[in-house]
Amino acid sequence: METTLAILVGILTAAGIYLLLRRSMLRMLFGLILISNAVNILILTAGGVRRGAPPLVEAGNVALGAGAANPLPQALILTAIVIGFGLIAFALVLVYRTYTALGTMDADIAAEKRGEAA
Amino acid sequence: MADVLILPILVPLATMVATLLLWRAVWVQRVLHILGASALLVVSILIASMVWEGGILHFNVGSWRSPFGITLVADLFSAVMLFIVGLTGLAVAIYSIGSIDDEREKYGFYPLYHALIMGVSGAFLAGDLFNLYVWFEIMLISSFVLLVQGNEKEQLRGASTYVIINLLSSLCFLAAIGLLYGLTGSLNLADLAVRLPGVDAPGVVTTIAMLFVIAFGIKAAIFPLYFWLPASYHTPPVAVSAIFAGLLTKVGVYALIRVFTLLFTQDTGYTHGLLLGIALLTMVTGVLGAAAQYEFRKVLSFHIVSQIGYMVLGLALFTPLALLGAVFYIVHHIVVKTNLFLVSGIAHRYLDTFELTSLGGLYRSKAWLAILFSIPALSLAGLPPLSGFWAKLVIIRAGLEAEAYIAVAIALAVGLLTLYSMTKIWNEAFWKPLTRDVAEISEVNVSSIASTRSLIWMVAPVVLLAGVTLAIGLYAEPLAVAADRVAGELLLPEAYVDAVLGPASVAER
Repeated sequence: METTLAILVGILTAAGIYLLLRRSMLRMLFGLILISNAVNILILTAGGVRRGAPPLVEAGNVALGAGAANPLPQALILTAIVIGFGLIAFALVLVYRTYTALGTMDADIAAEKRGEAA
Repeated sequence: MADVLILPILVPLATMVATLLLWRAVWVQRVLHILGASALLVVSILIASMVWEGGILHFNVGSWRSPFGITLVADLFSAVMLFIVGLTGLAVAIYSIGSIDDEREKYGFYPLYHALIMGVSGAFLAGDLFNLYVWFEIMLISSFVLLVQGNEKEQLRGASTYVIINLLSSLCFLAAIGLLYGLTGSLNLADLAVRLPGVDAPGVVTTIAMLFVIAFGIKAAIFPLYFWLPASYHTPPVAVSAIFAGLLTKVGVYALIRVFTLLFTQDTGYTHGLLLGIALLTMVTGVLGAAAQYEFRKVLSFHIVSQIGYMVLGLALFTPLALLGAVFYIVHHIVVKTNLFLVSGIAHRYLDTFELTSLGGLYRSKAWLAILFSIPALSLAGLPPLSGFWAKLVIIRAGLEAEAYIAVAIALAVGLLTLYSMTKIWNEAFWKPLTRDVAEISEVNVSSIASTRSLIWMVAPVVLLAGVTLAIGLYAEPLAVAADRVAGELLLPEAYVDAVLGPASVAER
């Protein structure tokens, strides 16, 4: 299972980097989304993928019993997803606003215009 | 006792919520804005004095015991940084009252400002890496919105670079966190400091260290990852770029220093050697960029980059004296750089431009402004008896002691070039006669900015920060002693680990 997930992380990262190197800002953003998913899966994989008992502490105990699943990576990923979702939503709106203001999605052309203005 | 550590986060949070609830009452928002910033300064002084007297404080949020829960830690380094956040936070808050336009005030400048401050203070207090990530993101998202607020074309251009690069840096950070968790099973900084030396995979640890260099390096704007900074920092209003210039990159430097003194000290020959190269290239490219620019805030933005190089140099040399210099430099730099941006705003208020070629004659008409500019400018260039002189002196002495002569030579040359580009600003903006028609300009200003009362709000913080620079320069001992203690603490992470985990838990392992 870990091996499959590790390969998946690699594929997603590679595809994300490929998209990041495009000139269109929208594609760059899609690249970021792919990499962010790759990173989430990376955390899940790094935390260990295994079936286990629910991570609940039984009455009278102070620690988890043996064989319980590890809830921490999922908590981390949940937080990272929420934050990433907010940031990506903001970035999408920003790219849209840039498009309406500058009339282009092309990062190079936008940068050239900056040069003219300066 | 240690409950006080939650306050630097709660105070800006409460201010943010209160200003959000009073969305329509801009006047009340202004009052709360100043009150909140003052309260943060008081809290940071309180924490600094407590840490100075009683050593490292730590607070377990929700009473979860240390490696398991969220921990807030304030050692002297965090406390010093928090104090500077309180000081510049208040100075820029006062400045923004006089300079932020009505539109931005109406659309939530004040809540965003305090969200940003909350993120910065949280990052300085975070005791585990994931928490640090979360505070970074809070800081980032509020900086994104502050950067594009106002929706001008130039702002949108700078912002798209800034946002995409910073998102990428967050992803690198998160990937490094994931890998580190997989390797050690812990994310608490103190716990990691105990566990990492026992991990038998030096290659993987170094790889993770390099991921952290990329992640924090983008935030700190080191070579070659800095280009987003000069592209974006000159676009928002002055109050916003001043607080960005003062605090945001320094959070990156803080994180670098924290991680590379506490966690990755096993293979210093490789990691710190790389940091040394990066530091030198950062200094040189930054100052050359500044020499090529002719826009007030762009020159200053490139200077941020080159000065970051000095701080990283202090970390890379990794001796007590060098770390002392790095800490001293950070404090000095935050005060001075914020101040220079604020001065650029006052010059803009008079002549309605940031272009050095169209500026001029300020020395003749506004001599007091020229003097206020010269204090931080000369300090930045490192002339005695100002704060920058001591900061550079310590770093250079540390370089000599470590026999890094090339680094010392480069640092000195960069200091000269810094002086050159400060002279350029001086010549263009203050010394040469004004070429444009003054009557036309003053008309523009009467319509855009209301009264001389707003000017008092803008000048007061500049005077305050210039006073701080002078005070550090003329009486450097207190800060030097504090920085010395910080350097001692950074080089002996055992004290940090003991304070967070308790001496018993170290013995258990």
